[in-house]
Amino acid sequence: MSSNKPIEGSVEGSGAEQRKGFSRRTFIEGIGLGAGAVGSVVVTDGAQADHHVPVGPDPVSITLNINGKNHDLKVEPRVTLIDALRNQLDYTGAKKVCDRATCGACTVMLDGLPAYACTTFAIEAQGRKIETIEGISAGDKMHPVQQYFVEHDAQQCGFCTPGFVMAGKAIVDKNPRPSMSEVEDGLCGNICRCGTYVGVRQAVYDAAGKGSA
Amino acid sequence: MATKYDWPAVEDRSLIGKRHDRVDGPEKARGDAKYSYDRNLSGMLFARLVTSPVPHGRIIGIDTSRAEKVKGYKGHVNILNPGDEIQWAGKEVLAIAADTEEHARDAAHAVAVNIEKLDHWVKEEDVKKAGEANRVKPAKDDAKGPDLAAAWEGAEVTHEGYYGLGVITHCCLEPHGQVVDWTGDDIKVYASTQAVARIPADLAKGLSRDESIGRVEAGQVEVITPYMGGGFGSKFNIDTWGIACAQLSKKTGKPVKLMLDRNEEVTVAGSRPSDYGNVKVGAKKDGTIVAYESETWSTGGIAGRGSPPLPYIFDNDEKLAQKIRHLNVSTNIGPARAWRAPNHPQAAVLTMCPLEDLAAKLDMDPVEFFKKNADLTARPEVYRYEIDKCAEMIDWKNKWRKRGDSGSGPVKRGLGMSLHTWGGRPHDSTCEVRIEPDGGVSVSMASQDLGVGTYTTLSVVAAETLGLDIPDIRINIGNSKLPISGASGGSTTVGGTTASTRRATVNALEELKGVVAESLGVEAGDLMAKDHKIFAKSDSSKSLSWADACKKLGNRTITGQGKQPDRDGGKLNDSGVGGVQMADVSVDTETGIVTINKIAAVQDVGLVVCLKQSESQVYGALIQGVAWALYEESIYDQTSGKMLNADMEFYKLSGAGDIGELEVHMVQNKYDDRGVIGIGEPPAISPGAAISNAVANAIGVRVPTLPLTPDRILAALADA
Repeated sequence: MSSNKPIEGSVEGSGAEQRKGFSRRTFIEGIGLGAGAVGSVVVTDGAQADHHVPVGPDPVSITLNINGKNHDLKVEPRVTLIDALRNQLDYTGAKKVCDRATCGACTVMLDGLPAYACTTFAIEAQGRKIETIEGISAGDKMHPVQQYFVEHDAQQCGFCTPGFVMAGKAIVDKNPRPSMSEVEDGLCGNICRCGTYVGVRQAVYDAAGKGSA
Repeated sequence: MATKYDWPAVEDRSLIGKRHDRVDGPEKARGDAKYSYDRNLSGMLFARLVTSPVPHGRIIGIDTSRAEKVKGYKGHVNILNPGDEIQWAGKEVLAIAADTEEHARDAAHAVAVNIEKLDHWVKEEDVKKAGEANRVKPAKDDAKGPDLAAAWEGAEVTHEGYYGLGVITHCCLEPHGQVVDWTGDDIKVYASTQAVARIPADLAKGLSRDESIGRVEAGQVEVITPYMGGGFGSKFNIDTWGIACAQLSKKTGKPVKLMLDRNEEVTVAGSRPSDYGNVKVGAKKDGTIVAYESETWSTGGIAGRGSPPLPYIFDNDEKLAQKIRHLNVSTNIGPARAWRAPNHPQAAVLTMCPLEDLAAKLDMDPVEFFKKNADLTARPEVYRYEIDKCAEMIDWKNKWRKRGDSGSGPVKRGLGMSLHTWGGRPHDSTCEVRIEPDGGVSVSMASQDLGVGTYTTLSVVAAETLGLDIPDIRINIGNSKLPISGASGGSTTVGGTTASTRRATVNALEELKGVVAESLGVEAGDLMAKDHKIFAKSDSSKSLSWADACKKLGNRTITGQGKQPDRDGGKLNDSGVGGVQMADVSVDTETGIVTINKIAAVQDVGLVVCLKQSESQVYGALIQGVAWALYEESIYDQTSGKMLNADMEFYKLSGAGDIGELEVHMVQNKYDDRGVIGIGEPPAISPGAAISNAVANAIGVRVPTLPLTPDRILAALADA
């Protein structure tokens, strides 16, 4: 059950600048994703709606910038970012759980804003800075959100944890002094089944203002 | 009689019962923990299931000719065959493998299964209609205690009501499934399981039915599960998809990954049975309960389901007249699997809710009412203590008002409570501890950590026994080739594994002390291990550091074995605990929305091993409880026979903002001498009943069935 307040972890993001690129057309085409669309996919970027080029269904070559490193790969246009990350590049920190933008286990950062990788096409992520859970610690030094997750035992089975850590990082990146209710709002795009929220919300609250790894 | 294996006395404990960070916490927080779903093996294929869209039918034909032409197709195996009957929608028919996940999905879509439809039934709440559909069978008809008719005669106040709660599903975040890598004779299985040691025999048995494969021995199978993403009682078996995955690996000569998709996970991989029923309770004017009578019914799928343990906790056979009748409704829904504390959450609702209604009718404070009747339970002293403690935590004295006496505004506030019990006896376990000449210590067994903290509790026990710190211990679990330990279910793991570990470490240490005694010229019995040292109690100048003591081993490694059970192994564990929970809620009578202000929980589990993770287990149980009390229910459609909300947007779980304030108190230093008792199940029992009682207290009427959704709240208010 989520609250009615704005969701920070959604694909649309919460900033006004994000909404600019969100056309009616990309929205309608995005819907096909959940139904396991087969065949070609058209990607529009709003500004050039008249010049879109169909690609697929055969694999296309793309380059993804993940945690600062470029990866070249071939994907069918229908492949989601979560599947490309996990199946082709072995970035398995982000998890595939609901596979339709509800639970947040697949959360990654796209150009600094949290996004559901299960409802983003891999080809849509070209030219954007993708940051995954594997990229937020510095060697052995964990990001403050991760450190406080351990301290407050904000994890049980741990399967939702990477998504929550990324959502938590997005909160503290944006707001160095969030209230507890702002923390809860920021986390409401993620779901945990074991019931770790007591530790999760405290961890994110305590990590705010503590910088990065 | 005291033995060398007994837990150290409270003043001698440096680690047991204290707060420790989860040993595997950093790996999980960094996203480095490798789950079954995360395994990417070289050349690995992806498999998908083809499932039945029909809730009840018979397979006439399976046509894979189109699927075999799909790009990337590598092979398929039938799980069912023509002639086989299907008893629920989502039932696995076939598994198909391809080079990529997308191609496996394409191939699965291209399979045509011809099914003859048969009559189905998926609804049980209306038991009369289910009976007309010939779906109801008696499951229990039992009377206990004093004469019932006389008890009703003597009862001065009685209450009769209808109560219930629907089917819920496990919805594990890591779905059921596995990667199987069959190379030569060796079968490696990366399975998301609660039963690492049990899977080899389960898989070998399943595979041996495949004539094209022939005999497979359990010893060929190695299960590897260092991490698993949630089970809650649903992941004990290899299941049809595990056997099919292994068959595909054998057939294709490649590793194969087959994980259920979300719809499959929610539809077929486990559900908790419902319970509905009419309950009548009676008491003397002073509040003494004298009679409990119920007629209940439930479904757990096609096999139906037996009776919950009614009346719950207040079940003294000598003092309380009891009559229980239970009906079993057979439905075409995904079959039930164990769900944290099987049958107890339902029993708590069907007992604590009518009893709180009776207390309201008696004009009694529930705290006084339940305390007065604690003698009807098996643990009067435990419950009385816990009720007082919990009442203090939730400020019951100041916050509780009589039912319906919650002011004239639209938002009403109320308090409610519930009691629970669970066994939590230890499972069998074998532990091997090694002490190496370089000072390294490892603890090994074929157990698993479901997220409950097995890595940490075993580290605590070994480090405490050897006078070391938690990081000094290496834990090897999650592999079936290690010494056998039980499946993790029924809160049996912590009791079983800590006992075998304690015994193994005591035995290993004894051997090390023998070596040290010779070197220091003291009696081995005079030696003690503490603070990374082994020293003589009689003369602490006679001492060796842990590292130096281990160097004395030369090139020999010490192996210590420990078992549970062990008749001469001391009193390390027990079963049978009590717990009390109280909820403070607000109900908006205009919108029907329930908000949790606070839930307080007091729990006894004998000796607490790691306080932080024990508390986490209780927090988790409360948060799951908020979900099934307020939001969560599997909704089936009689027309199509399908589950309508087999996803995560309409199958509602609680979120971080829904849980209010949670306060947990673990009872420590009171029942420690009982030893370790499991904690997974007990706190998961009471939340629904406590929240339902708080809502009734707030709005003055009982909302009969859980989850307490806004429509049900408003309907109950309209009926009042």
